[in-house]
Amino acid sequence: METVIYTKKLTKRFGNFIAANELSFEVSKGEIFGFLGANGAGKTTAMRMLCGLLMPSSGEANVAGFDVYTETEKIKQNIGYMSQKFSLYEDLTVAENIRFYAGIYGLSFAEIKMKTDELLTKLDMRSEAKKLVSQLPLGWKQKLAFSVSLVHDPKIVFLDEPTGGVDPVTRRQFWDLIYYAAGKGVTVFVTTHYMDEAEYCDRVSIMVDGVISALDSPGNLKKQMNAPDMEDVFYQLARKAKRSE
Amino acid sequence: MMIVTEQLKKVYGKEKIVAVDNVNLSVDKGEIFGLIGPDGAGKSSIFRMLTTLLIPDGGSATVNGFDIVKDYKKIRHCIGYMPGRFSLYQDLTIEENLQFFATVFNTTVSENYHLIKDIYCQIEPFKDRRAGKLSGGMKQKLALCCALIHKPEVLFLDEPTTGVDVVSRKEFWDMLKNLKQMGLTILVSTPYMNEAALCDRIALIQSGKILSVNTPEKLVNNYGETLYTVTGGNMYKLLNLLRSYEGTDSCFAFGNSLHLTLKYQTKKDTVVAYLQEEGFKDAAIQETIPGIEDCFIKLLKTN
Ligand SMILES: Nc1ncnc2c1ncn2[C@@H]1O[C@H](COP(=O)(O)OP(=O)(O)OP(=O)(O)O)[C@@H](O)[C@H]1O
Ligand SMILES: [Mg+2]
Repeated sequence: METVIYTKKLTKRFGNFIAANELSFEVSKGEIFGFLGANGAGKTTAMRMLCGLLMPSSGEANVAGFDVYTETEKIKQNIGYMSQKFSLYEDLTVAENIRFYAGIYGLSFAEIKMKTDELLTKLDMRSEAKKLVSQLPLGWKQKLAFSVSLVHDPKIVFLDEPTGGVDPVTRRQFWDLIYYAAGKGVTVFVTTHYMDEAEYCDRVSIMVDGVISALDSPGNLKKQMNAPDMEDVFYQLARKAKRSE
Repeated sequence: MMIVTEQLKKVYGKEKIVAVDNVNLSVDKGEIFGLIGPDGAGKSSIFRMLTTLLIPDGGSATVNGFDIVKDYKKIRHCIGYMPGRFSLYQDLTIEENLQFFATVFNTTVSENYHLIKDIYCQIEPFKDRRAGKLSGGMKQKLALCCALIHKPEVLFLDEPTTGVDVVSRKEFWDMLKNLKQMGLTILVSTPYMNEAALCDRIALIQSGKILSVNTPEKLVNNYGETLYTVTGGNMYKLLNLLRSYEGTDSCFAFGNSLHLTLKYQTKKDTVVAYLQEEGFKDAAIQETIPGIEDCFIKLLKTN
């Protein structure tokens, strides 16, 4: 298996506070990797380091073959990122957002036109193309943001709580998109607070107080911890958290 | 009655999009009442009208006996509101945010500390940190504390637990139950269906209309179909196979299993045999009791 994300003792401090503490793990190509943890555990911090958006304090990390200290521009070109906050322009239309992002990544005029077409069809959003993004329901925005993050055919896509606040039906449609992308060889690195979604990942890690305290397939974790579901696994681990007492 | 709406209506923009369509609701004192619906159903617009931040285009509503248009000042004093997003001062610290909200309502943090203690103690170690530097879930917790600190009689919570982790969500709902015991009335929306099940009553809302108001138990009892769980093998492949199977009425992923309803006359054993024929040697199908999430999915499919 080709490794596309590699970290060794990756650490981020804010002053005296250690937000991410010596993270070491690997993710393979085409894998759906669930990055779980309690609030404030350090998920977003870690993800931003992997995306080349935040300089680590120490440790190593390599993403899509590039170093997070010295090759951040290369990383950005080879990954997609959907932030926990919103990542589209609310006052541009759906089509304008697609064109804008495709443009940033240097796609040619013809490619942009093709991509826009392809995306609108896949998302079943043709009749919404001229609508402002601000007028779309949250779940649609998220599906659009995900597709836009893939517009330059990145090797890896980082999704920070993409389904937060999204309704049960749209969440499932979102996961269809994830599976589709993974099927095409895209590596998906995703955080979520929905424990049913944890079951949909190939492997998950669970962060507690800045440290990865478990990492395996959902099936193995349930077995090891004698838990009926991932919610119970999470409970058992997160209860040991110290930070928020 | 703590909240009453009559034919409440909201229309947006030149295109006259009807976001809230003649909504009639009544919420009792001391009730936890849930608004459940898909994204864009109009829940937040209802919240904003009831909290007097948005003027209705039709109908009327009262909160604690006060009219939402005429008596808006009185309402603002007796309610707490937690909007979905952006309710904190990003450049104030946790502690300063809380103090600010207490001061605005002529009270102090220590006077009502008991109301927020269970949640606040989780973020208190970071009380000198600016809100802008908190994680997403920590912000939600602070926002709830700010909405509660003046001891409101009615609480409006628009997706309060979005972004909040599983363990804290449980604590959060324990806290809501305590507040209910103290006599607070709570109107809450949530995308987590297992939280909907914890409400006294829930209204299902779609395209601005109330489809039904019921207790969670009755809603589930009205499901009206036999629901099965399917396990065994690669879930995604199994899902795709069952979706294209002619006897399937609906099939969707449900955590570590699939949920399946069958067309009239299709037998469970026929499906098992079919799956085994297709190479899913361990396929198993079992009848199961539907939950709120199943009802929600069914409702959206039929509307
Ligand atoms: N710029 C910063 N300065 C100081 N502390 C920070 C900064 N950014 C993040 N932190 C702190 O680091 C910790 C980890 O935050 P992070 O956003 O990574 O958590 P998270 O796991 O993504 O949580 P959530 O599930 O709530 O999104 C938190 O305590 C947060 O307040
Ligand atoms: Mg985060």
